[in-house]
Amino acid sequence: MADVSIRNVTKRFGKTEIIHGVSCDIREGEFIVILGPSGCGKSTLLRLIAGLEEITSGEIAIDGRVVNRLEPAQRDIAMVFQNYALYPHMTVYRNMAYGLKIRRMPAAEVDRRVRAAAGILELSELLDRKPRQLSGGQRQRVAMGRCIVREPKVFLFDEPLSNLDAKLRVQMRMEIRKLHEELKITSIFVTHDQVEAMTLGDRLVVMDNGAAAQIGTPLEVYERPANLFVAGFIGSPAMNFLQAEVAADGRRLVLPDGLDVALPGAGVPARAGRRVILGVRPEHLEPNGGRADGIRLAVDHVELLGADTLVHGRCGSMALTVRLADVQRIDKHAVIVLHAPPEKLHLFDPETKARIEK
Amino acid sequence: MEKRVVFRNKVLPYLLVAPQILVTLVFFIWPAAQALVQSFLQEDAFGTSSAFVWFDNFVEIFTSEEYLGSFRVTLVFSFAVAAIALSVALLLAVMADRALRGATAYKTLIIWPYAVAPVVAGVLWFFLFNPTVGMVAFFLKKFGVEWNHTLNGGQAMTLVVVAAAWREISYNFLFFLAGLQAIPGSFIEAAAIDGAGPWRRFWSIAFPLLSPTAFFLIVVNIVYAFFDTFGVIHAITRGGPNYATNILVYKVFNDGFINLDLGGSAAQSVVLMAVVIALTVVQFRFIERKVHY
Amino acid sequence: MMVEHRPALTVITHAALILGAAVLAFPIYVTFVASTHTLEAITKSFPLLPGGHLIENYLRALTVGPRDVGATVGTMMLNSLIMALGITCGKIFISLLAAFAIVYFRFRLRMVFFWMIFITLMLPVEVRILPTYKVAADLKLLDSYGGLIFPLIASATATFLFRQFFMTVPDELCEAHRIDGGGPMRFFFDILLPMSRTSIAALFVILFIYGWNQYLWPLLITSDQKYYTLLIGIKRMLDVGEGQAEWQIIMASTILAMLPPVLVVIFMQKQFIRGMTETEK
Repeated sequence: MADVSIRNVTKRFGKTEIIHGVSCDIREGEFIVILGPSGCGKSTLLRLIAGLEEITSGEIAIDGRVVNRLEPAQRDIAMVFQNYALYPHMTVYRNMAYGLKIRRMPAAEVDRRVRAAAGILELSELLDRKPRQLSGGQRQRVAMGRCIVREPKVFLFDEPLSNLDAKLRVQMRMEIRKLHEELKITSIFVTHDQVEAMTLGDRLVVMDNGAAAQIGTPLEVYERPANLFVAGFIGSPAMNFLQAEVAADGRRLVLPDGLDVALPGAGVPARAGRRVILGVRPEHLEPNGGRADGIRLAVDHVELLGADTLVHGRCGSMALTVRLADVQRIDKHAVIVLHAPPEKLHLFDPETKARIEK
Repeated sequence: MEKRVVFRNKVLPYLLVAPQILVTLVFFIWPAAQALVQSFLQEDAFGTSSAFVWFDNFVEIFTSEEYLGSFRVTLVFSFAVAAIALSVALLLAVMADRALRGATAYKTLIIWPYAVAPVVAGVLWFFLFNPTVGMVAFFLKKFGVEWNHTLNGGQAMTLVVVAAAWREISYNFLFFLAGLQAIPGSFIEAAAIDGAGPWRRFWSIAFPLLSPTAFFLIVVNIVYAFFDTFGVIHAITRGGPNYATNILVYKVFNDGFINLDLGGSAAQSVVLMAVVIALTVVQFRFIERKVHY
Repeated sequence: MMVEHRPALTVITHAALILGAAVLAFPIYVTFVASTHTLEAITKSFPLLPGGHLIENYLRALTVGPRDVGATVGTMMLNSLIMALGITCGKIFISLLAAFAIVYFRFRLRMVFFWMIFITLMLPVEVRILPTYKVAADLKLLDSYGGLIFPLIASATATFLFRQFFMTVPDELCEAHRIDGGGPMRFFFDILLPMSRTSIAALFVILFIYGWNQYLWPLLITSDQKYYTLLIGIKRMLDVGEGQAEWQIIMASTILAMLPPVLVVIFMQKQFIRGMTETEK
């Protein structure tokens, strides 16, 4: 078990900078998820921590020891790859034992550790199989077993669930979380799947374009997204964004079509008269209980998902998506009146894209 | 295509390529360079001194009726070998592709001659057509054909072509069959639904789809006929009678080792290298797929 | 497969295939028949069915050897085998190492080396015989196993094949191995080599046939009967000038010369076809 400290890390490939100074302190035993769209540099960041790529500047320390110049093998980490990277010609047992053998561990100790890990992962019956004789989920477990036997300071996961089908993914997700609760080994998990991120992580690092857009617990990231990118990326369907202007008193927002919306508490008097972007999640818009005032949505299209209903429509010139609980029979071209609780509104600065605190 | 990760090691890669590079330098590049240098030199009768003679050796071979004759013989030989080996192989491959029953057995029966060395192929056919002990020669005589390839140039050429084409049929067959089997069944089925019969289906669908394979094989067959058939010639005709089967590769050998004409042989080697390089450039289109540099 | 009912066409198909296979096999059948008769029977009556002298002829070829050659077929087969295996193993060994270096390392002159190996594709022995012979003579390789083997073991084809294969090995395997703490040679021997088994087997078959069937080069550099390969020996048996060739022994030797590569093709057909189509020459 160890803490990991990442200080101003940058990575350049040739002339292109891929990672622009990321900093993050990962506590002992924490499960950190690095989340972001493809190409945001999340895998690169993980590979920098693993030592598979060399950092251009900055510092990475594991358990207080700076590892910038250390080979992956010397960093005391273990990694699960997206395609599992099992050695195809070795049995499950040898796959798990191989790393220990390289380290010249006594055979008895190797055997003990492999069997213990196999027990935890329910692989005991499969030790003599070759990887190609295993199902996707079993391969995934072997890849984790290979990491567990090493008893490393840090586990690294590079999108390990993306090759599994949807059902198995949910199951493996819970198993990984359970395993972490048992072993309490510091873990860094890269994914582009926000559900995985929200369910697995103690904290998330949301990456955008080579930088950490926000670091926080899943709920913080959902409830108080630090900027437009995080607000748009987290949540499905994505948050609605509307152009708005703060009224002179700073307590109300004026929307282009003459609508106005109350802000909670004292509002944002400092921004009176300035343009802002209003964000509201589809699940936070609700029918206005029969009252005629509120956001009037002209319905274009309705998607019945069973557990809930997605309504896509326009409010004047602005497109909006609304998520309503249960099955709602709404006609196309109907007009529904919606209301958003003031405390669920998010404001962003159109220039800096940053969140405006109320 | 490049690997994302590489090992960092200063000396090891050089040690790893060293054996291959050493052999290449000593037995390929150095001798080729020697041939190039030698082709511009003329040695005196005693082999004690040599003089730089510019392109004299090349001028000499290209004005020599014997060399030009050898060039013609090689072209006739190569095209005849390629034509026979390709057409017979294509016919057999189409048949084998059609035969649902016993396809594997036929395949085995047809591919194995490829394992026979060219010189052994030469010996086999030489024996069959031997004017004194050959069975085929004997039967031909019964039908009024006087077979003696040691005297008749045309017969000699026919025999070396057959012997050389014989084992190449297997090679071509394998590639044609693989090509035919790679054609999606749905193409053929669609044509059948459109009412095309087997003959029509072959020429309008299978044949065009096979053309890349065929083109590749033409080049390979010509390279084979040019350079790998030394054994066939050496076993059957030794270039004769009267130079009728004196292909270039045989002539280089003969001039260098029997007649000891170093400059002339070197100039011929250089010409042959030019031919291989030209053919390789043509073939490169196919190799390119494998060599992504 | 599409169902088609054309009995006439099916008959023609099989007839053509059987005829084709028979014509291809005919020379070898005749050779085999000749190897089981006495010389007199061969020269007088053109036998079409095997005779009763099989054991006698083969035994004489293997142990006593033909007239005027000075080596038994047994010895020459051993030489052919040494040469074929030497070339095969040598090519595979140096090509594996070179491909490993070119794929898994970045070093100066890497591309120069790559092209140098590529050039060997363009320079078959046949086009540079005299100077290569001279090099072999200067290195005292005439009449030696080294001389039969070394000049033929550079191989662009094998290097490309292995390079191609290594490129398809997922990068993650190498990364996992680095994290496991293994060095490059350990990766080569523990991971890459076992994974290359099928490619190596396919190449082995192709290269064994190539090596066994070498003719021009052994012809040039062997003058001592001790180093004759079987193919050289057979050609020498034919060169009897005015005398009568010992056809029954020559034919027995020819059958013996074909046997190893043909058996390899028949019994390792899968690897053979794989090797042919992957090396494309």
